[in-house]
Amino acid sequence: MSQTLTEKQKWYWKKNIKLIIILLIVWFLVGLGAGVLFAEPLSKIQFLNVSLSFWIAHQGAILAFIILILTYAIRMDKLDKQYKEMLKEEKS
Amino acid sequence: MSVEVITIILVLITFAIYTGIGWWSRVKDTSNFYVAGQGVPTVANGAAIAADWMSAASFISMAGLVAFLGYDGTIYLMGWTGGYVLLALLLAPYLRKFGKFTVPDFIGDRFYSNGARAVAAVATIFISLTYISGQMRGVGIVFSRYLQVDIVIGVLIGMAIVGFFALLGGMKGVTWTQAIQYFVIIIAFLIPAFAISFQLTGNPIPQLALTSSDIVERLGEIQIDLGMTEYMAPFTDLSLLNVFMITLALMAGTAGLPHVIVRFYTVKSVRAARWSAVWAIIFIGLLYLTAPAVGAFAKYNLIDTIADKPLEEVQNIDWVNKWEATGLLQLDDINGDGTVNFTGGEDNEVVIDGDIIVLSTPEVAKLSPFIIALVAAGGLAAALSTASGLLITMTSAVSHDIYYRIFNKKASESQRLLVGRMTLLAALAVAAYVGINPPGFAGEVVALAFGLGAASLFPVILLGIFDKRMNKEGAVAGIITGLSFTLIMIGAILSPSIFGTEQPILNSFFGINAQGVGVVGMVLNFIVSFIVSRITPEPPQEIQELIENVRAPELDE
Repeated sequence: MSQTLTEKQKWYWKKNIKLIIILLIVWFLVGLGAGVLFAEPLSKIQFLNVSLSFWIAHQGAILAFIILILTYAIRMDKLDKQYKEMLKEEKS
Repeated sequence: MSVEVITIILVLITFAIYTGIGWWSRVKDTSNFYVAGQGVPTVANGAAIAADWMSAASFISMAGLVAFLGYDGTIYLMGWTGGYVLLALLLAPYLRKFGKFTVPDFIGDRFYSNGARAVAAVATIFISLTYISGQMRGVGIVFSRYLQVDIVIGVLIGMAIVGFFALLGGMKGVTWTQAIQYFVIIIAFLIPAFAISFQLTGNPIPQLALTSSDIVERLGEIQIDLGMTEYMAPFTDLSLLNVFMITLALMAGTAGLPHVIVRFYTVKSVRAARWSAVWAIIFIGLLYLTAPAVGAFAKYNLIDTIADKPLEEVQNIDWVNKWEATGLLQLDDINGDGTVNFTGGEDNEVVIDGDIIVLSTPEVAKLSPFIIALVAAGGLAAALSTASGLLITMTSAVSHDIYYRIFNKKASESQRLLVGRMTLLAALAVAAYVGINPPGFAGEVVALAFGLGAASLFPVILLGIFDKRMNKEGAVAGIITGLSFTLIMIGAILSPSIFGTEQPILNSFFGINAQGVGVVGMVLNFIVSFIVSRITPEPPQEIQELIENVRAPELDE
C-alpha cells in the first residue's frame, strides 16, 4: 500500500470520523446526559414501575451502548466495501 | 453432600479444565506468548475480552455496590460499559491496524521515543498491579467463605493455577481459558438471578422483572421506612458532579486499561477487532443488565429476611452464621432489645459488606447447594481470568517493552521467552503478597487503577491516532502531568487509609472525590500535551506515514 494518503483514503477517514462523532454524541446524550445531567427532571417521568431516569441509568444506557458498538461495526463494514469498490472502478 | 464438598468438587473440576486448556495450548514463541499468534476467532476473543474485563469487582462486588448506592450505582453500570464504546470506536481498530504486541509498543513507536515507551510500560505495570490486588481479595473471600481454608492458602492455590497456565500457554493459553471462564462466570451469575427473580416476582427474567415488577418501588418504600435513602432517586449518596466525574473516569479508564486493549491485538484483522468488540459488549451487557436486578432483589430479600426479626432467630440462620465468621456481616444488638434493627441511622445494628450480596444471594433465597457452589466457582473464574490477563500484560511490559525494546535489542526469541517467564513468576509473587497482605484501601484500589488509566494512557493513545501533529514532547509531558496530578490528588484525598494520617490532607478537589479526580488529570493531560506539541517540532516524516497507515482502510484480511 502506498504510504501517503490518496484522495480516497482521505474520503474514507472523513467518513469514519463523521460516524464516530455521531455515535459519540448519542453516547454522551444517553449516558451522561439522560443518565446523569438530566436525571432529576427525568426521574419524574414514570417508565413501567420505575422512573425513566432510573431505568436509563441502570439498564437503558447499557442497551444503547451495545447498539452503538454494533452500529459502528456494521457501518464500517459497509464503508470498507464502498472503498474497495471505488478502488476497483479506478483500476478498470 | 454439604455445600463445602460440592463447592470443592466444582472448583476442582473447573480448575482441571482451565489447566488442561493451558497445557493443550502451550506455546513456544513470543508471538503466541504475547498475542496468541493473532489467530483467535472473533467470538472466542469477545468472550475472552468479557472474562478478562469482568473482574472479581464485576462479579462479586458490583451488584452489591449497586444495591447499596441505589440510583448512584450507575457510576459502575454505565462507567464500565460506556468505556467500551470509547474503546471500540476510538482505539481498538487502529491499535489492531498498528499490529504490534503491547500498548507501550504503540506509544513508543508512535512517539519515536524510548522514554515514552518506558513511561507507558511503567504506567502499565502500575495500573496492572493496582488492579490485580483487587482480584486477590476476591479470591481470598471466596476461598475463606466456601472452603473454610485460611485466606493465605486460598490465595496461594489461586496463584498456582493462574501461574501454571499463564507460564505454559502465554496469551494463547490465557485467551482460551478466559473464553471458557466467561461461560462459567455468566452461568454462575444468571442461574441464581433467574431463581431469585422468579421467587420474588414470578417473572424468571431478571432483566425484565426489574422494571415490570414493583420490587424496586417496594424496596424504595422499605428503605424510607427504615430511615435509609430512597433507592430510585438520583444523587442521594453522591453529588451530581461526582456521579458525572466518576462515571467519566471509569469510562476513560476502561478504554485505557492495557490488559483489555491488548486483547484486540490477538485477532486476525481490523474488521475482526471491531466485531470482537461487538461480541464482548454483548457478553458483558448480559451480566451488566442482570446486575442491577440482582442488586435490588437481593437487597429486598436480605432486608426482608433479617430486619426487625428476633436476633436469636437471625443468628441461627446458617448463612448468617458463616458470613458472620468471615467478618463481612456483623450483627450487634446495640440497644439490647433482642431484635435486629436495620436502619440508615445511628441505631443501625447491621453492618454488611457489599461484597457478600452476590455470593450470599443463593443462600438467602434458599437455592440448592449446587447453585451456591456454582456461584463460588463463578467468582473464582472472574477473579482468576482477570488476574491472568493482568499477569501477561505486566510480563510483556517488562520483558518485551523494557528488556527487549530498550535494553537488549539483540535478544533471541528464547531469551525473551525466558525473561518473560521469569517476570511472570516475579509478578505472581508480588500479586500473591498483595493478596495475602491487602493494602488497607482495598475498596478504592480498582477505582484508582481506572483513574490512573484515564489520566495517563487513554489521552496519549487517543492523540497518537487522531492528532497527527502530536509529538514526543507533547505526549511525554501529558502523561507525566496527568499521572502525577492524579497520584498526588488520590494520595491527598485518601491519605488516612494510604499514609495513616488522622485527617485527609485534602477533602476533595473542588468537590470531586478520589474516584473521579482522574478526569481532571485526563483533561490536564490533553491540555498540556496539546500546548507542548504545538510549540515543539512536528513529528518526523516516517511517523506521519505511520499514522496515515494506521488510519487507512485494511484491504486484505
